[in-house]
Amino acid sequence: MRRKIRILMAKPGLDGHDRGVKYISRALRDAGYEVIYTGIRQSPEAIAHAAIQEDVDFVGLSLLSGAHNELFPEIVRLIRKYGGESIIVFAGGIIPEKDIPFLKEHGVEAIFTPGASFKEVADFIEQNKRRLSH
Amino acid sequence: MKRLTEKILSGDVRAIARAISWIENDYAQKEQLIDDLYPHCGNAVVWGLTGPPGSGKSTLLNLLIARERMKGKRVAVIAIDPSSPFSGGAILGDRLRMQKHSTDSGVFIRSMASRGHLGGVAGATADAIKVLDAAGFDLIIIETIGVGQTEIEVVEMTDVVLLLLVPGLGDEIQALKAGIMEIGDIFIINKSDKDEAMKTKAEVEYVLSLNDNPRKDRPNPIFMTSAVLNLGIDELSTGIDLYIEELRVNGLIEDKRRKRIAREIRLMITAKIRREVEKQLGLNERIDSWVDQVYRRKRRPYAMINELSDTFFKKNRT
Ligand SMILES: Nc1nc2c(ncn2[C@@H]2O[C@H](COP(=O)(O)OP(=O)(O)O)[C@@H](O)[C@H]2O)c(=O)[nH]1
Ligand SMILES: [Mg+2]
Repeated sequence: MRRKIRILMAKPGLDGHDRGVKYISRALRDAGYEVIYTGIRQSPEAIAHAAIQEDVDFVGLSLLSGAHNELFPEIVRLIRKYGGESIIVFAGGIIPEKDIPFLKEHGVEAIFTPGASFKEVADFIEQNKRRLSH
Repeated sequence: MKRLTEKILSGDVRAIARAISWIENDYAQKEQLIDDLYPHCGNAVVWGLTGPPGSGKSTLLNLLIARERMKGKRVAVIAIDPSSPFSGGAILGDRLRMQKHSTDSGVFIRSMASRGHLGGVAGATADAIKVLDAAGFDLIIIETIGVGQTEIEVVEMTDVVLLLLVPGLGDEIQALKAGIMEIGDIFIINKSDKDEAMKTKAEVEYVLSLNDNPRKDRPNPIFMTSAVLNLGIDELSTGIDLYIEELRVNGLIEDKRRKRIAREIRLMITAKIRREVEKQLGLNERIDSWVDQVYRRKRRPYAMINELSDTFFKKNRT
């Protein structure tokens, strides 16, 4: 596949800790991906609009504030509503084990908790990019 | 294809975004798409906004877009950032500064990496402008850093070039003179909240006075703004409108657009032919072996490429 993979990295919710998401963004760039970074405190609407306008293949969400069970499913819903049916959503942050099945059911395909390495994120993208439609 | 064209003409965001991806990835279908859209183009005004990294282009745009929205205009932005020369990847962060408009359906923002596409970023920009124009945006703004030939080519695809400078550039203004200063229509000294802003303005005035300005009777306008303090934005916004109105009245906008089309045709034809040549010669597959032969002095460079080009032309003569 010759085309560039585009990834939106966004931080919904109220916490302002963006070190993790910035680190992953830089690592993704260094791995050859195009990363659109939208910054902290993004509303689900703003993230979904950005994902569509930027025509990204993946959306990576980062959240430390604990509101993931409300925000992540809402973001997936809005992305689908605006026509991003094949956009693959993954997430990272402090997310308790017990919430993971719920989030996966609601369209968050992979969840990387604080111990995860960048390689796991990169592998996830490589393994899933084949599914992309165009 | 017909469906995508119709969707774009009706302003469908998903379709517009997808079309720009086709352009960026240089898909063959993009040609038919652009040609189908072309009859619907010609209504949008296109600004180029350029200046050194960190000069405040995106922050200022955030405010200018708000002014244009109040005038009832639909606005599209293409924000171009450089790709990493090492990995080919990029971090595109301009959206971060244009948050005011993140849920406004009258604003479309697209980030583009400068080296992500085969046809060249200027060609991609020109095509993306057509998609956005056909989709009914009244104003299209291209943001790009003002260094390098590639970036200059990009802003040359626009109707009016806004050049952003900031205090503390020092000798850089002198250096800029050679390239980008010449294509600037409107000059903006941003970060006017900083010391030395007036000094920068005087420097810009001086450099401009050295230029062989084709319109000596009317010097290029210079504005002072502070995008963080929201100062000077109304004056700038009105100034840009006036400038474009003047271009229209005295027919200069037509000249500019003709020149732009000339540039585009040159770009398109050379890109097309180059690609065909590379394909027929099998350049990518054979380059290593050519390098090897030249490196080991088995062949002489001119003799080798002349032989290759002769073969190519012979084959294409019939
Ligand atoms: N002091 C001051 N800082 C500004 C002004 N405009 C932008 N900045 C800051 O300059 C930095 C770069 O701004 P950005 O819009 O990303 O610049 P760009 O790279 O040209 O798009 C940010 O930290 C802005 O907050 C201004 O008018 N005054
Ligand atoms: Mg910028």
